[in-house]
Parts: sequence; C-alpha cells; structure tokens
Amino acid sequence: MKSKNILAILAVVTVLAGCGGSKTDTVRIGVIAELTGAIPAVGASCRNGAEMAAQEINDAGGIEIGGVKKKVELFIEDSASKPEQAASAAQKLIARTEVLAIVGPNSSSNALPASEIAEKSGTVLITPWSTDPKTTTDSKTGQPKKFVFRACFTDTFEGKVLGGFARKELKANKAAILYDVASDVLKTQAEIFKKSFEDNGGRIVALETYTKGDKDFSAQFTKIKNANPDLIFLPSYYTDVPLQVQQARRLGIKVPFLGSDAWSSEDLVKMCGADCEGSYLLNHYSPGTTNPVTQKFIADYKTRYGGATPDDVAALSYDAFGVLAKAVALAGKLDRTAVRDALSKIPAQSGVTGFIKYSPETGDPVKGAVILRIKNGSFAWFADVQP
Amino acid sequence: MIYFFQQALNALQLGSMYALIALGYTMVYGVLSMINFAHGDFFMVGAFLCFVGASRLHLSFVPVLLLSMGGVTLLGVATERIAYRPLRNAPKVSAIITALGVGIFLENFTLGLNPYPKYVPPLLPSFSFNFGGVSVSSFQLATIGISIGLMLALHLIVNKTKAGLAMRAISADRTIVPLMGVPVDKIIALTFALGSGLGGAAGVMYAMAYPVIDPYIGIIVGWKAFISAVIGGIGDIRGAVLGAYILGTVEIMTAAFLPSTYRDLITFSLLLVLLIFRPRGLLGRAEIQKV
Repeated sequence: MKSKNILAILAVVTVLAGCGGSKTDTVRIGVIAELTGAIPAVGASCRNGAEMAAQEINDAGGIEIGGVKKKVELFIEDSASKPEQAASAAQKLIARTEVLAIVGPNSSSNALPASEIAEKSGTVLITPWSTDPKTTTDSKTGQPKKFVFRACFTDTFEGKVLGGFARKELKANKAAILYDVASDVLKTQAEIFKKSFEDNGGRIVALETYTKGDKDFSAQFTKIKNANPDLIFLPSYYTDVPLQVQQARRLGIKVPFLGSDAWSSEDLVKMCGADCEGSYLLNHYSPGTTNPVTQKFIADYKTRYGGATPDDVAALSYDAFGVLAKAVALAGKLDRTAVRDALSKIPAQSGVTGFIKYSPETGDPVKGAVILRIKNGSFAWFADVQP
Repeated sequence: MIYFFQQALNALQLGSMYALIALGYTMVYGVLSMINFAHGDFFMVGAFLCFVGASRLHLSFVPVLLLSMGGVTLLGVATERIAYRPLRNAPKVSAIITALGVGIFLENFTLGLNPYPKYVPPLLPSFSFNFGGVSVSSFQLATIGISIGLMLALHLIVNKTKAGLAMRAISADRTIVPLMGVPVDKIIALTFALGSGLGGAAGVMYAMAYPVIDPYIGIIVGWKAFISAVIGGIGDIRGAVLGAYILGTVEIMTAAFLPSTYRDLITFSLLLVLLIFRPRGLLGRAEIQKV
C-alpha cells in the first residue's frame, strides 16, 4: 500500500516536472480583473489594457531575455470583485499556472488579499488601480512589501491634493462629506480630505456616511442641505455616484460635487446625465492631454475596441505592463526575484499616465495626477497636480 | 420643523417601497406558512423589466408598469407551480432552501445576460412642488400615491371578494378548508400572483427613485422588506404595511438626527428589542401549535 502511494507521488512529480519545460518558452503573466460583480467596467478596462499591451509587445517580437526574444502569454482570471476570489485567483496563478508576475487586481478590497499571497510566495504583483496605502505595506511590520507594486498614486496623496484644491482653487469655505463607511479606501480618502481641507482653513459642516449596498441617501442629503455647504466631497464608486447626485439634485442641492478617482468610468457620465455636469474629480490621466505617448495609446485603443475612449484603469493596466516588460528585459532571466530587483532599478518610464519611477524602498511610484471636470457629458481636463 | 417634515416625506417614500415588497412575503406566509426568500429577486426582475421596457422598447410609464407587474406575476406563478408545489408536503426547510435557490438562480441568470449596472431613464416628468418650505418631487408623489393605491386595491380583493375570503380561510386552517370545496391550488397560485405583481410594481417604483440597478438589488431591499413583515407580524397584511412604514421611519429619522453611521445599528437594535417583547410582531396573533 505504502509503495503504491510513493509511486503515485513520483508519477505526479514527474508530470509536474514535465510541465515545467514548456513553461519557460514564453513570459507567463497573470492578470486578475474584476470582470463580473460590483465594478465590471473596471475589470473589462483592465483586461483590454493588458491584452493590448501584450499584443504590442508580441507584435514587436516579444521581450528580449538573454539574447532570445520571448512572447508574452496572458492568463486572465476573474476576481468577481470578491476579496476571497481575488486571493484564490492569485494562488492559482502563482502555484498552478506558475506565472512570472501578476498584474491586478484593481480595487483595493481585491488587491489587498491578493498582494498578501504574492508577497508570501515571492511573486511580483503590480496593481494598476489600488490606491489604498495598505496594499503595498506589510500590516505586521509597517514596512513596505517587497514584491507588491502599484502603477497609481495613493489615497493619502489623493485626499491631501483634493482638500487643498477645494480650498485654494475652488475657494470653498464650507464642505460636506458623504462616504461609504464600509470601504477602507473611501474612508481613508474622506478622512485625509477632511484633515487637508481643515488645515487649509476650511470648515467641514457635515460628515455623513452610508454602507455598501444602500440606495437611499435622502436622509443624509436632507441633512447636508440643511448645513448649507459650498461643496460636497463624494468619494464613491461610479455605480453609486449617479444615484447620489441625482437624489441630491432632486432635493434641491445645487452646489458642485468633488469626486475621487473612484468616479473615473465613462459609465458614470452616461448614467448620471445632466445632474453631474460641472462636478470635479481627481484622476490618473486625462484623455485630453497633449502627451504624444498618451495620444498614441488612445488612438490605438479606439481602433482596437470600437471607438471606446480608454479610462484610467485601461491606461494604468497598460502602463503596468510597460514597466513590467522593461523590468523582465533588464532582469535577463525568467526569475521572480530578479524581476523584482529590476523593477526597483529601472529608470523613470514615460507611460500613458505620465512618468513612473520606483525606488528600492517601496512599491509606490512617484507620479502626478490631474483634476477633471464633467462638461458636456464627458471628462474635460481642468488642472495638473503634482505630489 | 421644515427639516422634520422633509425627512418625514423621505421616510414615507422609503416605507411605501418596503410595504409593496413586504406584502409579497406576508401573503405567501399567510397561506403557506412558507418564507419565499426568492421574493426580493422577483422584485429585482421587476426593476430589470422596467429597464427593458423603458430603454429598449421605449414604452411610457403605464405600459412599463403593466409589463413589469405582468412579467413578475407570471414568474411568481410559474415558480410556485414548478419549484414550490411539488414540495408542499415536504419539510419546511426544503421549501426555504428551494426558495433561496430560486433567488440565487434569478440573480445569476440576470448577471449572466449582462453584468453591467443598468441606468433606467426617467419615465415621469421631473419637477418639484414647494409646500411651505418642504419640497416634494414628482417621483416621491408617484411612489407614495401608486403604492397606497395598489395597497387599497389589495385590501379590497382580500376583504371583499370570494377569492379573498378563500385566501383568508386557507390562512386560518389549511387542513379543513379544502374539504369544504375550496380549490386550494388555485387560491395559492392567486396569492403568488398578487404578491409577485406588487413586487413587480415595487421594482418599477424603485427603478424610478434609484435609477441605477444591478442583479443584487433584491437582496438588501428584500431583507428589509422581510424584516418589515416580521415587525408587523408575518402573515398579517396590515401588519406588513405598518412594519414597513415603521422601518422606513426609523431608518430615515436615525440618519436625520443622529450620526448616519449608527443607522443600521439602531434600526436593528430596535427590531431585536421589539421581538423580545412581541415575538409575533406588532399585529401577529399567538398561534397554538397542534401536535
């Protein structure tokens, strides 16, 4: 009986070892995207950006590793926007598919558990869109994670910049805030905005919350209306924003809204219509920029995906692939740790969303942001902001 | 004071929505002593039919309302015939699990058709009146008015017609009434039809008030409506309506006068306290279990 077991194990090991050979013919990259669930538009953009980047690399012959050009092979997993499914997708990609590195997931609730697994197993994970400071920080030691990178800025940066912008550029004296108390990301954005707005001499007249899944905000907005603010900071996801802004307008609230990068999906404008006109939001990039790299990306994306303008997730996913490809080429071998070391060493990359530069200490890049304004049913560039 | 009335109006709107859905739970429980957990998802299908009617077929408000009510009525009757009737004499747990299964099926079926949240265009003109400082929107008036109209219609059916009499009789005693020649299957199907139809109407009112819909909207709204039915005394029609308005008022008023973060905490603490003192709900009758 025992010898039979050993034979079975040996057989499995041989099969696994056999697989290993074929797994070095290509550069295997995993993608975890929120293709179904709460934010499917985000997942679809991530997949589009990733597929486009991979095809461009492959059309140019692939990534040169030690004198041999190797093609990129994508393995796309759906996280269904659920933290536990994001974690199991990461596990599957690392252990069974044996990918070299992972791009995604995008929402912080998904990126956080996936990043823990990537860190433990020593596999590079670049999240295009997770702005939560915790994603790249080890919760036990408070030190940066070694293998987790992001292609975007953080919530801390975002809240700080928006607070200053509301006070200095929009000249608001009194602001109200409504945020989802169940979301770490949105809560951080709200808290840092509050601090920054107050530090700049403003006053928060109403601080209201709701919980994920709520659809009725009439009580909160009636309260906010009573507090008579000059501006409402609303760091909500794009699927909640139209409901919130419409309810506020129906209650007779006329002041502008200020949103975070959680707003940035073209679907928001489609769903919100005229009610969102004139609102501001912070974003990772603007399709209206004159940067030639960005313009080429937008043109190619439109050709490939039937005229759709890429959103920030598509742009960031594309940029994540850009830096990853550079790092793999610099590493010169298909080795997870070598890719990690290369990533922290590559010079500033000019991507679609501006310059990206990592330091050896942390996976948070140094980069800027843009303020957009919703005008005539689309996002228009309003101002550039630097860290 | 104006602030209070403004919030009271919000509460009335939210309560009306809960009431329409709570009626579906309570009616089915009344005749079958079964909790139809798929009812929240019937409501969701109503909201999606409203989306199809409004943005694909370009119908106006009344045809959309009829389409949703009709579609969900058929869905309710079919579900009863296919999924619940074969289990009528099985242990109650089987029926509850089946209901949960039907609900999950409906969510994922809708999700499978298209995973994106849908925007439902407004079918009613958007304007608001001003009553001494309290602004009332056309959507609030429509939701409250139509809900109350439908509830009155249901009241008439249940209390003034022969079918309604049969429904109440079955609710009182399900073993004896069939022996007196009451067609039990037909009456149960009618109960499902009425309850589901109201759920469909609630779907339309919901899609008008909160125009972004996704396949999961039925879960939380369904829970809240179910809780309303329990507060009022499940099985009792007036109780469901009363419970719904109480729940809507407590939710809105907690958020209005206390930090909104405590809303659900306070709402559900009240529910627990209420159930300790009135375990059968406000209007529920004490039931004697016959062994």
